[in-house]
Amino acid sequence: MSLRDHHATDAQSLRARAAAFVIARREHADWSEENQRELDSWLARSPSHMVAYLRVDSAWAKAEKLSAIRPPKIDFLRERVLPLFLRIAAVMAVVGVVGAGAMVYLARPHDRLYSTPVGGRETVTFADGSRIELNTNTIIRARMTTDQRIVWLEKGEAYFHVKHDRMHPFMVFAGDRRVTDLGTEFVMRRDAASLKVAVVQGRVWFDASDKQASAQSALLTPGDVATTNGTRLTVSRRPLKDVATELSWQRGVLVFRRTTLAGAVAEINRYNVNQLVIDDAEVAKLRIGGTFRATNPELFAHAAETMLGLRVESRGNEIVLSR
Amino acid sequence: MTGTQDSDRDGTGFCGAPVSVPGVNDWFVNEVLPLEGALMQFLRHTWRNPADIEDLCQDIYVRAYESASREIPKSARAFVFAIARNLLIDRIRSAQIVPIDSVSDLETLNIPTSQPAVERSVMARQELRRLQAALDRMPPRCREAVVLKKIEGLSIQEVAARMGISPKTVDRHLSDGACFLADFVYGGEDGDKR
Repeated sequence: MSLRDHHATDAQSLRARAAAFVIARREHADWSEENQRELDSWLARSPSHMVAYLRVDSAWAKAEKLSAIRPPKIDFLRERVLPLFLRIAAVMAVVGVVGAGAMVYLARPHDRLYSTPVGGRETVTFADGSRIELNTNTIIRARMTTDQRIVWLEKGEAYFHVKHDRMHPFMVFAGDRRVTDLGTEFVMRRDAASLKVAVVQGRVWFDASDKQASAQSALLTPGDVATTNGTRLTVSRRPLKDVATELSWQRGVLVFRRTTLAGAVAEINRYNVNQLVIDDAEVAKLRIGGTFRATNPELFAHAAETMLGLRVESRGNEIVLSR
Repeated sequence: MTGTQDSDRDGTGFCGAPVSVPGVNDWFVNEVLPLEGALMQFLRHTWRNPADIEDLCQDIYVRAYESASREIPKSARAFVFAIARNLLIDRIRSAQIVPIDSVSDLETLNIPTSQPAVERSVMARQELRRLQAALDRMPPRCREAVVLKKIEGLSIQEVAARMGISPKTVDRHLSDGACFLADFVYGGEDGDKR
């Protein structure tokens, strides 16, 4: 990539320079931290650089979304999928009481359930070569037939490694949201109130599963992280390194970088029956960094004890951190 | 996903853009850039020399951005057109020679300060049309590169191989395409510009 400055003076050459940055950053897989620093300093040098960059960058991003208005042919699936899905969603509320096992009754003959317990991690490989890696406490339902590739993320987190097939789009539903693969690796996490999708490779189309709400949709490319809490969809861009860090669970570890103790504890707790508890609002705000085994809360507590000078106390299923 | 709760501050979606006042980038993209069509029209009607128009527009953006970095104004439209008017007045005053008809009626000029409310879906359709128009009017090689990259989803190397050109040339085509798209998406359908 050639990103040398040539001191553009008028609007057109400024915009051409900004466009070169936009293309390099958005379209080159080898965009490095050094490139990013170069861009940052160029932008910081003058607001004229900034406005030129914002203008071209946002137009290019828009074009990306508009071009994806022609996604793979999926309309024919809508009618069949949606009613079934709504039925399942309706019954799911009941299932919540009965327990996850009851969901087996709802599954069609082709559908298979895969789940992991708290602290578990499992990889499922399908006949088409696609792989799904389930993180802790996760349930997915998969309908992988010769003409359909549909997965429901019922809860938890999963990493999708999809073998692209233009004729048979790979779709993941999570609540009323849908992700359609356009040749991809991505990770989805579904909590009680929110859904998060991060793309590692390729592109995915993120939208609502019914047409009414389809105003909120986005084409996600590597580094894009889409978060929705039911009504709002937010897409932000992260260095791929950060996204990779968030995937450390695939190696059984959690990596924290200046994460609040509250945030770190919430993460660790996803993987364990023994729960860490913070007994003090001030302590919760302390920050911690490091790599921890996901399934060893005791070790984490010990680190907090020595690094942050906290008191650690075991009470039944709880490990309490306090001052 | 784990461990980056504290680094989740980049909500702008425009990576690589250091933000002076929170939201100023979003404000610029969402409130100011969509005015470009009206702004360019205003400049073309007001300023005699068409060669200056793009630079004037860029200068107005810079002034708007700088000022908004201190405080984001309530009405982007009134704000941007006030800046435009002041900039034109400055230019006339500082010019050594002012053609008598360089500005026809700046003092009495009717600045469009309001626009009819447009439905979001209509705007989305308009945007799509403009994108289509931009694609249609791009130079063929430039369009080919954009389509292969954006719609076919090929990598730069694949596009280069397919078109029988170097990756550097692909970059240049894509950069040109991006400028083209920006002109159409924001400036409206003015095919006479290029």
